[in-house]
Amino acid sequence: MIELEIIDLKKYFPVQKSFLERLLAREKQFIKAVDGISFKMFSRQVFSLVGESGCGKTTTGRLIVRLEKPDAGKIVFEGSDITFADEKQLRPLRRKIQIIFQDPYASLNPRMRIGEIIAEPLIVHSIADKKEAKEEALKMLENVGLTPPHMFYRLFPHQLSGGQRQRVAIARAMILKPKFIVADEPVSMIDVSLRAAILKLLMKFKTLYNLSILFITHDLAVARLISDTIAVMYLGKIVEIAPTEELIDNPLHPYTKALLSSVPSLIRRKREKLVLKGEIANPINPPSGCRLHPRCPYAESICSREEPKLIFYGNNHYVACHFPLVNRRY
Amino acid sequence: MNIGFELIRKMLAPWLKEASLMLKLGLAIVITIIALSITAPLLTQYSPIIKVGDALRPPSTKHLMGTNNLGYDMFSRILYGGRTVLTVVVSATLLSMCIGVPLGLISGYYGRIVDRIFSIIMDSMYAFPSLILALAIAAVLGPSMVNAIIAIAVVYIPTYFRMVRGQTLSIKSLLYVEAAKAIGARDLRIIIKHILPNLLPTIIVVFTMNIADAILTEAGLSFLGFSVPPPTPDWGADLRAGHEYLLAGYWWLVAFPGFMIMLLAAGFALVGEGLNDILSLRGAEKR
Repeated sequence: MIELEIIDLKKYFPVQKSFLERLLAREKQFIKAVDGISFKMFSRQVFSLVGESGCGKTTTGRLIVRLEKPDAGKIVFEGSDITFADEKQLRPLRRKIQIIFQDPYASLNPRMRIGEIIAEPLIVHSIADKKEAKEEALKMLENVGLTPPHMFYRLFPHQLSGGQRQRVAIARAMILKPKFIVADEPVSMIDVSLRAAILKLLMKFKTLYNLSILFITHDLAVARLISDTIAVMYLGKIVEIAPTEELIDNPLHPYTKALLSSVPSLIRRKREKLVLKGEIANPINPPSGCRLHPRCPYAESICSREEPKLIFYGNNHYVACHFPLVNRRY
Repeated sequence: MNIGFELIRKMLAPWLKEASLMLKLGLAIVITIIALSITAPLLTQYSPIIKVGDALRPPSTKHLMGTNNLGYDMFSRILYGGRTVLTVVVSATLLSMCIGVPLGLISGYYGRIVDRIFSIIMDSMYAFPSLILALAIAAVLGPSMVNAIIAIAVVYIPTYFRMVRGQTLSIKSLLYVEAAKAIGARDLRIIIKHILPNLLPTIIVVFTMNIADAILTEAGLSFLGFSVPPPTPDWGADLRAGHEYLLAGYWWLVAFPGFMIMLLAAGFALVGEGLNDILSLRGAEKR
C-alpha cells in the first residue's frame, strides 16, 4: 500500500539581500532547495534519502511534516492531499506524522522537564489528562531505555547526554503512536558508539507500531543498514532510486557510485573507485542540463544541454542519467 | 523570627554563592530601603505631614535629618517618601511590563502587519526623551499618584516591547519551537509554554534595570510638580521644596532626598547588572 506519494515537489528559498542590492536588483534570486522531486513510499517501509549536505534532503523532510510550505507539487499522505493544508487541517495529521530532528541539543525546550516534554503531545491533542499523560510518559521513558523513569521524568534536558536527549526526542515522537516518521539524520550528531543503539530503538518502534520511516542521512552505510529503498539526491533532484541491495550492488548513476566509493570499509573491495572532481555547485545557479555534469567523468555534450529524466531500468531501479553505468556493469 | 530568617537564608544560599559583590551590594541597598519604608512608623514618632518643630533646624538628635521650611521632620519624610517612590515606581514598571511583554510576544511571533503596526507605534514612543513624554502625559492627566504611575508606565512599554519582540524572533526559529509545531501545539501554547519561559531571565533583568531608570523619571516628574501633590512625602518633591534654600546654607533639605534617590537607583541598577551576570552565565552553561 502506498503510504506517501510525492509528485514534482518544489521549494525555493528567496536569497536574502541587503538594501543596496535590492535597489539595484535585476531579478529575485532563489535557492532551489528542492527542485521537482517525485517518489512513492510504501507502508511499513524504511525509505532513505541520501545526499551531501545542501542537497535538499532535510528540506524535503520538513516539507513532508509541513514545517515548510511547498511552492509547487503535491504531497499525498494516505490518499489525501496535504500539500497546502492549513494549520487547522494539519492538526489531526500531526498525530500520524512525526519528525525526529538531527540536533538533540536544540530540539528540547531547556526550561521543560523531560517528563513534560514527552507528555506534551498527549496534552496538546487532548488524548489524556495530566495524570494519564504522566503515566504514559513514564511508560515511554522505560520503553526508550531511560531508566529509572521516575528519575528521568524530573530532569531537565541539560542534565542529559546527547544520546539520552535523542531518546527523549524519539519518545516524544512515538507517544502519539504515529504511522509515519521523518527521521532527519537522527544519529549524525550522536557519539559513534551510541548510534547503533539509537537506530535499534528506532527499528523497535518500527515493528511495534508498523511505522513507515523516511530516513534522511548523508551516510550510505547507515542507510544500507536499515532501509528497504534508497533514493539519492543531488542539488535538489533525485538522481537514483532503487531497493537497497540493488542500489549498493549496481549503482547506475555516477554520483551514487562516487558516494559508494567514499564509504570507508574494512574489507578490501574489488570494485573500482569513482572520485568526483570539484565541489557541489551553487544551488542558486545550478548547472544546466544534468546538474552533475561539471563534476562527472563520463559527461558529454548532451549532459550540459538536456536534463535527464528519471528512467526505469528494471528491478525497481530508476535513474536520471544520459549515460548510466549499465553498460559498464560487466 | 530567627527561624524565618534562617529559612530565607537557606533558600537564597545557592543564589548567593553565585552572586557577585555587585549583586550583594545592590540587594543590601534595595532590601534596606524597602525595610526602612515599610517599618517607618516604628522608626520615627513624627508624622511626615505635620509641623513638629521650628522650621529649618539642622540635623540633631531630636530631628535626625533636621526640619524643613514648614517645620516638618525630614527623617520621617525620607522614610515615608520611600513608600511613595517605591509604590509609584514598582507599580509603573509592573504595569508597563504587563503591557509590553504580551505585545512584544504577539508582534515577534506573528510578524507581518501586526508587527509593523506595533513596531511603528512603539518606535515613535521610544523616539521621545522619556522624561519629556512622561511630563506630557502627566500634564494632561493632572498631578496624582495614579496618573504618575500611568505616565511612567507608558514611557517604559517600548523597552519591554523591543526586547521581547527581538528575543521572540530568534527563539521562534529554534528547533524546540519547531518541534512543538510538529506535535501540533497551538500558537498560544507555543508562546506561553515554549517562548515565554525562555524569555523570563531577560525580562527579570530588564525589569530591575527599568526600576532604576523609573526612579529617576519619577524624581524628575515630582521635582517639576507633576507627581503626587503636596504635602505627600516624596523625595523628588522635597528636592524641589528644598532647592530654594540651598544657597542660604540649609543643605539638609536637598542632600538627604537627593542622596536617597541616587542610592535607590544605584541599588536597583546593581541588582540588575548582578542578575544579568548570573542568568546569562547559567544560559551559557546549559549550551
